[in-house]
Amino acid sequence: MGDMIWLVPLIPMLSSILLMLGSGSLPRVIIGLLGVCSVGAAAVLTLLVGLDFLANPQPFQMTLWTWMQVGNFSPGIAFYFDGLTLVMMSVITGVGFLIHLFSTEFMEEDVSYARYFAYLNMFVAAMLVLVMADNLLLLYLGWEGVGVCSYLLVGFWYQNSANGQAARKAFVVTRIGDTAMALGLLLLFTQLGTLDIQAMMGVANEQWQVGDTLPLIACLLLLGGAVGKSAQLPLHTWLPDAMAGPTPVSALIHAATMVTAGVYLIARTNGLFLLAPTAMMIVALIGLATSLMAAFTALMQSDIKRILAYSTISQIGYMFLALGVGAWTAGIFHLMTHAFFKALLFLGSGAIIHYLHHEHDIFKMGGLRSKMPVTFWSFMIGSAALAALPMTSGFFSKDQILLQAYLQPDAGPWLWLGGLLGALLTAIYSFRLVFVVFFGEAKTQPDGDTGWRMALPLVVLCGLAMVGGYFIIPVAEVFPVASGEHPANWVEYVSISVPLMGLLLSYLIFHSGQLNVDKLVNSSLGQWLRRFWHSGWGIDWLYDRIFVRPYYRLSGIMVNEPIDAIYGLIVAINQTFNHWLAESQTGRMRWYIASMVFGLILVLTLALQISAEAL
Amino acid sequence: MEGLNIPLNHILLVSTLLFSIGMLGLMIRRNIIFILMSLEVMLNAAALAFVAAGAHWGQPDGQIIFMLILTVAAAEVAVGLGLVLQVQRRFKTLDMDSANRMRG
Repeated sequence: MGDMIWLVPLIPMLSSILLMLGSGSLPRVIIGLLGVCSVGAAAVLTLLVGLDFLANPQPFQMTLWTWMQVGNFSPGIAFYFDGLTLVMMSVITGVGFLIHLFSTEFMEEDVSYARYFAYLNMFVAAMLVLVMADNLLLLYLGWEGVGVCSYLLVGFWYQNSANGQAARKAFVVTRIGDTAMALGLLLLFTQLGTLDIQAMMGVANEQWQVGDTLPLIACLLLLGGAVGKSAQLPLHTWLPDAMAGPTPVSALIHAATMVTAGVYLIARTNGLFLLAPTAMMIVALIGLATSLMAAFTALMQSDIKRILAYSTISQIGYMFLALGVGAWTAGIFHLMTHAFFKALLFLGSGAIIHYLHHEHDIFKMGGLRSKMPVTFWSFMIGSAALAALPMTSGFFSKDQILLQAYLQPDAGPWLWLGGLLGALLTAIYSFRLVFVVFFGEAKTQPDGDTGWRMALPLVVLCGLAMVGGYFIIPVAEVFPVASGEHPANWVEYVSISVPLMGLLLSYLIFHSGQLNVDKLVNSSLGQWLRRFWHSGWGIDWLYDRIFVRPYYRLSGIMVNEPIDAIYGLIVAINQTFNHWLAESQTGRMRWYIASMVFGLILVLTLALQISAEAL
Repeated sequence: MEGLNIPLNHILLVSTLLFSIGMLGLMIRRNIIFILMSLEVMLNAAALAFVAAGAHWGQPDGQIIFMLILTVAAAEVAVGLGLVLQVQRRFKTLDMDSANRMRG
């Protein structure tokens, strides 16, 4: 069964090409079928391969052909399959399939139905290449393919120039990270002589000692790429704007799969990161800082998709925290559960937006509980999992992360405390969303509740978000064995109770109104904090001042080509002289003679003068 | 040397005067025939200076050069008069100022 894995990325790729070529002529039913079934087929294949693998957990490598041969550098189109690959492939194809199904209803009225599915299929194919790649170069190909598809899908409704702006921002910001990553690849190749991930980590372990400078630099460069793609500080600003795309796209790309590519990259190259403890610490700190920053920001947003976008940033921050403290399994586990409940939440919000005539402001919604029951329950379960309430999937993964963070030898308790604060905020903002949108009095009338193509993915994802925590992911072989230590019991009790406290606070503030925070909010400091957090800690503002505007100003200067002006000056001088000389060419011979005579007199006088002086 | 003995300076002075008159004629006359005549005057002024110098140093070179200049002048007049004819035909005038086509 294992030798079929090359079909998994190929099927969506072929379907994408077919859709692109036939976008004008294919009937809509066929387009939908092709788009959904190709990913469905990939999912079924993944399932079969996965079952095979679970019965006989033997990682294998498969080279299709040699991509190129330059000296001793010969990367292959080669796939590597182990537990980590299986987890990622399952998430991509499984969640991807549900989102494709959801899209058939969500995008039903759209003119560019075929283009949408072509991009979406292409995205799935690129992401599969990314996670299945055996060498970093092929991984980079998938990585860039994912970036391109993200650009195309964010700017899908390109008639609105703001969407194009958002797409360009997403592309340029991630490109900064990608450049760092490309440098990292070059460094690794020059130092280790190979880019095959497994071989590379072996060579690295022989050549480098723990704490050397070179692995630190290499890891930081790879981290740069991961930070860009996974929307972590300081390159996270593209993700909230990327919500300009259709909502299922946000669910697939900006929540469930693409943004986790950075997490995957770090987990995949864990052998390198273990050689650079400083880099691991930086990963943990970036993760923690991002998760707190994004959580505070999510608390103040009123656009339903922006709340979810910031919560995504925040949750990926948790994954980075997990990777940074060496809790590889917990990080990947959270990646998976997060894919379930975040896809659920985004699809739920897609349903709301679809039936409320593209309304995004949560304060204009309200009382949707009885009118959209399926969506309501999706949101309840999704938010519970996001907030990590006990027994939901998010609980198992986040709890593991917090406990492992506590055990980190250098700054464990502090990381744990920061993580707890984040968890508290997560519970508050996710239930704020639920209470504001679904409870209270109704302010708008939805067109109805979801049709079956929307409801089915929601129900399946609800189930996954509930029971996903009981899955055991087969990554024990991939990562170094974790220590069997366990923190004191009180640590666990606190970790469990904090989200519940958040839920209670949220209930008191946003539903029953027993806890009145108006006074606090309306104080001058409160207002200032509100604005500060609402703007995402002013980071967009800062980047606008530091990078965007000076760049525009510089381009404004360069568009007139100041360097060219120097050469232009030479031309101008020549032209002036030419003008003067041309004036003297009157064609009047007597003037010529006169000037010759005076010139002669001048020369003779000078000659006489000089010879007189010489005597 | 016996006989008429004119100092060199005087001859050179005459030569200079002749040359200046010729050059002045060149500059202020508009008629092309007069311009040619002025040129002849200038050539003869130079020739006079050569002859005088040759006589002064008792060398034959001056007179030889005079012969050369005479030849050159004859050739020049031949070419010059040919041009004059062409100018007259083409522009219907001998005024050099109104015969310029080379404006700017």
